[in-house]
Amino acid sequence: MAFDVQKIRNDFPILQRKVNGYPLVYLDNAATSQKPQVVIDCIVDYYSNYNANIHRGVHTLSQEATDAYEMARKKIQTHFNIAHLHEVIFTSGTTHGINLVANGFSTLLNKGDEIIVSALEHHSNIVPWQMLCERSGAILKVIPINEEGVLILSAYEELLSEKTKLVFVNHISNALGTINPIKKIIEKAHAIGAAVLIDGAQSCSHIKPDLIDLDVDFYVTSAHKMCGPTGVGILYGKEDWLRKMPPYQGGGEMIKEVTFEKTTYADLPHKFEAGTPNICGGIAFGAAIDYLNSIGFNAIAAHEKMLLDYATKELLAIEGLKIYGTGSEKTSVISFNIDGIHPYDIGTIIDKLGIAVRTGHHCAQPIMDYFNIPGTVRASFSFYNTIEEVDSLVQGVIKAKLMLT
Amino acid sequence: MTIEEIQKELIDEFSLFDDWMQKYEYMIELGKTLPIIDPKLKTDDRLIKGCQSKVWLHAELKGDYVVFTADSDAIITKGIVAILIRVFTNQKPEAILNANTNFIDEIGLKDHLSPTRANGLVSMIKQMKLYAVAYQAQLK
Repeated sequence: MAFDVQKIRNDFPILQRKVNGYPLVYLDNAATSQKPQVVIDCIVDYYSNYNANIHRGVHTLSQEATDAYEMARKKIQTHFNIAHLHEVIFTSGTTHGINLVANGFSTLLNKGDEIIVSALEHHSNIVPWQMLCERSGAILKVIPINEEGVLILSAYEELLSEKTKLVFVNHISNALGTINPIKKIIEKAHAIGAAVLIDGAQSCSHIKPDLIDLDVDFYVTSAHKMCGPTGVGILYGKEDWLRKMPPYQGGGEMIKEVTFEKTTYADLPHKFEAGTPNICGGIAFGAAIDYLNSIGFNAIAAHEKMLLDYATKELLAIEGLKIYGTGSEKTSVISFNIDGIHPYDIGTIIDKLGIAVRTGHHCAQPIMDYFNIPGTVRASFSFYNTIEEVDSLVQGVIKAKLMLT
Repeated sequence: MTIEEIQKELIDEFSLFDDWMQKYEYMIELGKTLPIIDPKLKTDDRLIKGCQSKVWLHAELKGDYVVFTADSDAIITKGIVAILIRVFTNQKPEAILNANTNFIDEIGLKDHLSPTRANGLVSMIKQMKLYAVAYQAQLK
């Protein structure tokens, strides 16, 4: 089926609106994606027709809701190519998944053990590990980046030792768009017996990861970056690790038997799913995955690559504009500054023209410190963006530059 | 001039413009009139939290009056802080504390300068009022 971006745009009601008198040009997709009508309909359908608590009711509605929720888990398993259904843990999002694993490892680490993160991480993949190090006495090591915003793999290999227990890297950098060579990173960690967690928050809207092929120990992502709702995501964990880790939160749903003397925990995945989950969110996540697959990840990648190449070329034609993150492997994210102009000023002016971008440090201050800049303007493209929208961005940036210099 | 009179003056000036671009261009111009803080005073403890850009604010008491100087690394933010300083500088601490800031709505920048925006406007006003509290105590 041919890729028809105008037809796809009709699936997204929000893309029809105006902002500050201009048609919305939404280029903040790395922060969150917009939602297609099928996902919105799925949410409305759930609350209109079969809202009920799951896994315990004997009544029909509860059974229907449970079936739909578990069907979504199955869709996620298939989509990510996960070996066992019970290795799919529903979370509230990527940050929750990371914290769940960090907490689980606090009893598995000893003083002097080492954990490795990359210099490209989002704060949410730095702070939980710092907290884990404080609790366990483990030491945090950092894989450095080069001037292209690419991880230096030789430095990573030097950091690995028999003391390394865990490695945490994002699949794609949110601030720069760099795609990290995670397969190599995983292989090298496994060679010395360390486990690997990959933060897939930025990748899953662009790439369909094959988790069996990657042989990764943990993979986390959020639905809202993938055309799904906020407040839901998944943690994939290899069964062995999930069995070794203690539960994260106590509550209903995660128990087998409770007495005041002792509680035994439910089996996977429920051991890590205390309390009533985001039922509607989980079901809508399934609808979002169906939607993305109906377009196809190859078509998505091709269109986004075209937008990235075109936008890179057009933006670089603006005098004084510098792009951060220039590795050969990158996704449709452009982080840039114009010489002598603060990113906040550019973001403010182009917002007045209806163009939504992100400005600031993108929750990745160590990267900004490396480049010695206060932040960047980040335009992130999705499959529903168009060449005309790239033109609007470029014209907007030129206008902002004129006003600000 | 009293704070109210200065606010009235600003409202009149901004009423001359009918589109956002002219208002922003004027705000950028006002930024150039900002009484710049002594570079030696651009220290981290004078940075205002809550801004995406850096804003250094310094206050000192001259006689009974509070005098503000500031700087920012972003031009629009510089315009915002210049407007605030024009309103609050060379005023008595009590007048600064009692002043309301409705003029921001009235100059037609409400959408742009609302508290939920990441420009730190609210933090700037709060910091100016905190200085006024401190100097009021000192004068008593």
